[in-house]
Formats: sequence, C-alpha cells, structure tokens
Amino acid sequence: MRVGQRIRDGLVLLLLAAYATPFFWQLLTSFKPEAELLVLPPLLPTRPTLAHYAVVLQESLLPRALLNSLGVATLTVALALALGLFGAYALARLPVPGKGALMLGIVASTAFPQIATVSPLYLLMRALGLRDTWTALVLANTSFALPLIIWLLAGFIREIPDAIEEAAALDGAGRLQTLRFVILPLVAPALASAALLTFLLSWNEFLFAYTFTATEASRTVPVALALFPGVFEVPWGDIAAASILASLPPVVIVVGLQRYLVRGVLAGALRE
Amino acid sequence: MAQVLMKDLNKKYDEVHAVKDVNLHIRDKEFIVLVGPSGCGKSTTLRMVAGLEEITSGEISIGDRIVNDLPPKDRDIAMVFQNYALYPHMTVYDNMAFGLKMRKFPKPEIQKRVQDAAEILGIQELLKRKPRQLSGGQRQRVAVGRAIVRHPQVFLFDEPLSNLDAKLRVQMRVELKRLHDRLETTAIYVTHDQVEAMTLGDRVVVMRDGWIQQVGEPLELYSKPANKFVAGFIGSPAMNFADVTIADANGVVWAETPGLKVRVPPACLERLRPYKGQHITLGIRPEDLHLAGGADPSEYTFDSTVEVVEPLGSEILLDIKTGPNMMVARVDPTVRVKVHESIRLALNPERLHFFDMKTEAAI
Repeated sequence: MRVGQRIRDGLVLLLLAAYATPFFWQLLTSFKPEAELLVLPPLLPTRPTLAHYAVVLQESLLPRALLNSLGVATLTVALALALGLFGAYALARLPVPGKGALMLGIVASTAFPQIATVSPLYLLMRALGLRDTWTALVLANTSFALPLIIWLLAGFIREIPDAIEEAAALDGAGRLQTLRFVILPLVAPALASAALLTFLLSWNEFLFAYTFTATEASRTVPVALALFPGVFEVPWGDIAAASILASLPPVVIVVGLQRYLVRGVLAGALRE
Repeated sequence: MAQVLMKDLNKKYDEVHAVKDVNLHIRDKEFIVLVGPSGCGKSTTLRMVAGLEEITSGEISIGDRIVNDLPPKDRDIAMVFQNYALYPHMTVYDNMAFGLKMRKFPKPEIQKRVQDAAEILGIQELLKRKPRQLSGGQRQRVAVGRAIVRHPQVFLFDEPLSNLDAKLRVQMRVELKRLHDRLETTAIYVTHDQVEAMTLGDRVVVMRDGWIQQVGEPLELYSKPANKFVAGFIGSPAMNFADVTIADANGVVWAETPGLKVRVPPACLERLRPYKGQHITLGIRPEDLHLAGGADPSEYTFDSTVEVVEPLGSEILLDIKTGPNMMVARVDPTVRVKVHESIRLALNPERLHFFDMKTEAAI
C-alpha cells in the first residue's frame, strides 16, 4: 500500500517534470552566453548572462508587443466580463423567450473552429477600418470568450436561491441594485475565474492577432515571438529570453488570483 | 397599520389553477394564518400579496391602496422566507440595514432601528457575524429582524419555522406571538402545520386545492368545522370518521354501521331529517371518546378491541377497532388497558359531527 503510494507519487513527479522541462530549458537557455547555446554539456550556463534580456528589451519590438498584449487582454477581460455578467444574469433569471435554444446556441458556438471565422472577421474588420488596432483584437477575443463566460456565470447565478433576490426586491432594491449589491458579490469568485480564463485566452491568442495586425501598433506577444527577426541565424538565446518575459504576466496573474479561484471552487460546491 | 383585502383572487399557471376565488378581509393588527397541505395555494396567495407573483384576476389592497400593479418594494410590506434568504456576504447588521439603505434612511436612524430590532430579538452580540457563522435559530431571528426594522404595514411569513428542529420551533413560535403582541402589525403567516396555525393565529384560514375551506378563530374551526376536510386537518390526532346509515326505528333515530350504533342526539334530529335512510359520515374527536362507566347511557356506548396503546404521559392514545372501523381514543393516563383487550367506549353525544357524503359539508 505504502510502496504503491510512493510509486504513484514518483510517477506524478516524473510527469510534472516532463511537463516543465521545456520551460526550464528555455529558462536556462535565456541565461546562457551565445557560445554555449548549441552545445551540451554544460547543461547549466557556466557564466550566466543577461545579454539576451538586454537585447530583447532594448533592441527588439517585444516591449511594445507586451504592452499591446497587456492592453488587449485587459480590455478584453473588462468588456467580456461586463457583457457576460449581464448576459448570464438575463439567461439565468429573466423570462427570455427561447432561452433554452439560446443557451444551446451559445454552447454550440464554442464548437466553431477559430479558423472558420477568421476570413469573414478579417473582411469585417477591414470594412470597419479596424485593421491593425487594439479594438479589432478586443472585439474578436471578446466574441470568443463570451460563450464560456456566460455559461460559467449563468451556472453560478442559477445556484443563488431565488428567495435572496426576492428578499432584495422587498427590501427595495431594483434589478440593477440587486445585481450590484447582491448578485455581484456572490459571483465574485466565478468572476475571478472567468477573468483569468479570458486573460489567458487573449494573451495566448495567435490567429486573430496574426491576421488582423500589420505593424507593431497592435502586434501582440505570440505574433511578435513568431516573427522574431533572425537574419542569418535563429537567435535562440534572444527568443528564449523573450519567451520567459512573455510568460511572466500570466504567471503573476494566476498567482495573484489563486486564492479567489480556490474559494470559487469551494463556494460552488458547498453552498447550502 | 393596515388591513388587507383580497377580492375574487385567482392565480393560474399554464396548467394549474393554484388559487381560486379567494375572498379574505384581514383586519388591521390581525395575525392571520393560512394553513393547508402542500399545493393548497397558501404560499401562492402570500406571494401575490408580496408582489412576487402576478395576480391572474381579482384584487388585493393593502390599507386603502390597490396594490395589484405595485412592485414589491412599493407595497410597504416585509417578508420572512422559509429558508431565511439572508444575504450570505453581508454581516447581520448589513443584512438588517440593507432595506433601510435602499430606502435612503439617514445613517443614525438606520443604526438606531437595527439596534432596537437586535435588542428585541436578542441578537446584539451577533451583529458583526456573517450568516454562515449562525445557527438555524439565530438566522431565523436575523430574518425576522430584517423584516421588523422597516416598520412595514404588513408582515408576511412564509413557513418561517419549518427549517427549525421541533424544540426550537416551539420556542420561536412563542417569540413570534410575543413579538406580534408588541409590534401590533398586521401579519399574514403561511404554514402547513396546524398546531402553528392554531397557536399563532387570531384567525385561521384553511385552504385546499386553491379554495378557502373555512375562515375562523382557532377554537371555532376546532369545534365547528365547516366540512370534513377541515375537521380532519385541524386537531391531532385527527378526528375519527365512520360511514353510517341514518335509520328510523319507532321514532328513535340511529346512526348505524357494523360495530357501532349511536342514537342521534335530539339536537341534531332536525338537521339530519333529510338524510334518513342514507349514508353520511359521522365524526368524533379522540378526546370525545372515553372508557364507558355505569353512568353512560347505552345508546352512546359501543364495544371495541384495543389494537395499539400509545402512552404519552399526559394522556394515552388507544387505537381501537369496532367492526371494520378504526378509531383513536384519547383517554386518561391512569387508565390501564392492554393490547387485544375488549373495552367498552362511550362517546360524548354533544360533540358528534355529521358530514354529507357527497359534498363533505358539515350537516
């Protein structure tokens, strides 16, 4: 029994290590001097260097891409959560005609492959004069995040007993006040989860970002990394440093929201 | 301070006709209880008064205002819900203050009212706690507190005690009664528990299948039930029923069924005259049966077999059988009887009830 447990733990650790290997490989690479990049040994850099980071931060377009990504992701989160909360509340609580079909449609829409919509969306963005703007990416990303958010929040709102809202109605709160003072605080954990998912979705999104952007004005990190300039050789060290920088914001956000996420999961399970 | 009037009130859902032609005049300061089995329309009626359900037809007025089209918040009512419906993320204080904040009361006034209510309910120490840190009884008090801080014209209670354990329920029942005496606010109280209805209500409204069966003071319902349903619903253990035939033998009228032959008391003769030769339902409450002694006239006694003995301490319940009829008799705790024993029971002729077989109405 105990031995079995040990073996299982060992296997889990091995699996996690396998998952983490590419990340650590990148991390090591980003600190290695040029000469050691393509040779093994040494596994660890003999003289750790920040040269790659200096290049990425000072000479590349990555800082601008980071700003674009951050801006697009933040605005996407804000827009998607605001629309999502109202949409979810309506679908969970109000007598919307054809609610069932609507809900089904929302789920079905998530099954659409992104690639199937990218051409019409491109034409749409071009017609609207939104090519190469944050707005294009925010709108496109929001449209992709919304079904998930609505689905998630509607489920949460449905779990709140009707009587609580009725109590608020008798207490003198209108719909919006009920939403603001009663529903919003109660779905906060779900909102945190939704915010995180949306942020990551927007942060990692490549296809729209690649299609709708033309210049550094709105090019996001994934695209910037893919187009990393290499003239005569691939600058592995610089790419590694850029990748590490690109993964920092999501890590910071996940760690920051972690507490609420755990609470959110429990709140869903334990509500009386 | 307001009376509540319901006029020809109806509620229809797609398939179900939940409330049917309800007419009710609730007087100012009255504590009225709507009681009935689940699905009888009592909660729906209450929710229509609250404004949480639309009125299909008819009219409700509170005070002098017809409230049919007023939203709940403008009806000047407060409601206590079955599952408390406290705001989980707010402290006890904020739960009670919320309604006043929404109505833009000045802060000192809010503070004073919440403090007063907390004092009345004995929950001053809990004001900073969240609902999840409270016991069931404490949550119930907070729910009541949230209603009384508003000083509404009418209190609505929707089965407020049904989530509490038996002992706490009895305690809260007394507290609610005391509270009503103190606040003198009109109250409408919904319950399926006839004991709660009898103990709390100035008047009790018995409902069934959406219809009002009878409205009356508790003891009036008990001693003069309007029909068989009310007779069986009010009182525990329930009234005994037996199907009897009314037969005339040489000028004496008898109510007969195998194992039971009771002379119809002279006071009832007139009423029962049209039923001669027909079947009707005889009703007798358990406490109106007792072990027959020498003084009991034979036309009001009958033989029976004891099937179950339930000694409750203050009384003994005997489940007896006479002919095909099962009955319960509530007898003195000093009585010593054994299971399967044959005993002679006497009934109180002044407390017999008769019901029409078809309409179930009292005769």
